[in-house]
Amino acid sequence: MQVAHELAVSCRGVTKTYVSGSTRTEALRGIDLDVLSSELLMLVGPSGCGKTTLISVIAGILDQDAGTSIVFGRDFKSMSQRQKTAWRGAHVGFVFQAFNLLPALNARENVAVPLLILGTPRREALERAQAVLADVGLSDRGGSLPAELSGGQQQRVAIARALVHSPRLIVCDEPTSSLDAETGKTVIELLKETAVAPNRALVIVTHDSRIFSYADRVARMDDGRITRIETQRTAP
Amino acid sequence: MNFIALKMLMGDRAKYIGIIIGLTFASLLITQQASVFVGLMTRTFGAISDLGQADVWVMDPKVQFVDDVKPLSDTRLFLVRGVEGVQWAVPLYKGLLKARLENGNFQTCIVFGIDDATLMGGPPQMFEGKLEDLRRSEAVIVDLNGARTKLARPPLEPGGASRPLEIGDSLELNDHRAVVVGLCGVTRTFQSQPTIYTTYSRATQFAPRERRLLSFILVKAKAGEDPAALCRRIHGQTGLLAQTSTEFQWTTVKYFMKYTGIPINFGIAVLLGFLVGTVIAGQTFYNFTLDNIRQFGALKAMGASNATLLRMILLQALLSGGIGYGLGVGLASLFGRVVRGTELAFRMMPQILMISGAAVLFICMLSAVLSIRKVMKLEPAIVFKS
Repeated sequence: MQVAHELAVSCRGVTKTYVSGSTRTEALRGIDLDVLSSELLMLVGPSGCGKTTLISVIAGILDQDAGTSIVFGRDFKSMSQRQKTAWRGAHVGFVFQAFNLLPALNARENVAVPLLILGTPRREALERAQAVLADVGLSDRGGSLPAELSGGQQQRVAIARALVHSPRLIVCDEPTSSLDAETGKTVIELLKETAVAPNRALVIVTHDSRIFSYADRVARMDDGRITRIETQRTAP
Repeated sequence: MNFIALKMLMGDRAKYIGIIIGLTFASLLITQQASVFVGLMTRTFGAISDLGQADVWVMDPKVQFVDDVKPLSDTRLFLVRGVEGVQWAVPLYKGLLKARLENGNFQTCIVFGIDDATLMGGPPQMFEGKLEDLRRSEAVIVDLNGARTKLARPPLEPGGASRPLEIGDSLELNDHRAVVVGLCGVTRTFQSQPTIYTTYSRATQFAPRERRLLSFILVKAKAGEDPAALCRRIHGQTGLLAQTSTEFQWTTVKYFMKYTGIPINFGIAVLLGFLVGTVIAGQTFYNFTLDNIRQFGALKAMGASNATLLRMILLQALLSGGIGYGLGVGLASLFGRVVRGTELAFRMMPQILMISGAAVLFICMLSAVLSIRKVMKLEPAIVFKS
């Protein structure tokens, strides 16, 4: 049975050029892309093709030069930086390649950061963080500092941090590239299992071909353009 | 978010300690050097502040500071006594005389000759004996510190400890015999010479013969009389320079400030402390921010506003400043306690604490502003760069 999916992200004619001195680099050259809610979309392509720039625009942390980027009905161009920051805090979850956990905070405190940013009382934030840590299988490591965790465990903490405030959009930048094959597989399975949900979209930037099969759709990029969008028939 | 800011600050122990050490050093050096400077300056007018009973000091118009004695004729005393608003006016002799010690050595002493009749202008504190004992023949009162050190008698045995001058002991002042009848406490003088009190008439006998020997006239204003107005009246009627005790203290301090290198030397030390503190603390704090720039970027990406990050950095800077300032001032106080009663001058005034606090606050704010600029300009997209 076909389920009618809401449009989570709609990019039309998005361009972005970086200027450094006399050098101009066209990172995005008119991107048209839709991401549906409850969908896991992977952006793949060679290094420097514009994948990271595109998810930065989609997540609202980078302004495009031209075109529109509408995320869950909100056009970032009509929002001030302050509104965008607040919207991002409430509706976007991030998973980074380098984890970007705060080294001075333990796992539970790291997971609680998005809630603290939203103004949730510390005690409540830590309780909710502990619950989400349990969802990613780290209920017994809440008090551990990032330095005491393996790469896979750190990425699981990062996933818990991306999920803790129930965002509508989760963007992941190379979530498996710092991990060995087995751990990478575990992490992507965990992401698929915990992050994909109704009314939520998951966009993953990767060039790790081993995980392409977990996507609902794969958008291939090259030289700042989307060259092909493939629908995966049998996601694991 | 305050809790995250504090954890970030204290999480990197080495940098945290570096920041605290820088601020502590700055605070310590500024407070300690300024206190030593103020202590020294206080000593310059110790003779004025010790004679607290007088409201007004009258002197020759050419006098530049308290040790710059230009004697007056004794008749000037009667002129001053005749000015309206004067409750009493007494003579004061102040001079440097050589004391011959039991072992044959000479020691220069500051000798005060106070009014024979009233004994006004005596030492602020008596440890042994009574001020009235000065009325006895050949009587002098010696300051306790001088009695224990520079005026102490030789040891009874070779290599033994010297013996403090005691009541009943005698010494020679300018070939005149003087008998110790009391031991007093005085503010240490700038030159750290022993202080001796005696009566005015006896002091003028001890002093080398001069036509004029009256150093100062000490005046007490009548109740309700404005000392500043009285000074103007005395000057108007006698032509002498009259200053309130506070004015004369400042005149003395200004002389030392203007004609000696002391303020410049201490000013350099204080400035050095400020600069070194700024460089160490500012640089370490800025590096701390740079090291955490990805974390600030991640927080920004996750929705932390610039205002939130600004508060976090200010909190980190202020907390470091508070701790550094507290430690620095504490160490300076400890230093002051250790050197209390020694030759080293030290006077920590509330104003010094405020200046030191303001300096540390400035260092913190400067460090924070540099860091804040970096974080405010930070593109959150930095977090996607591996």
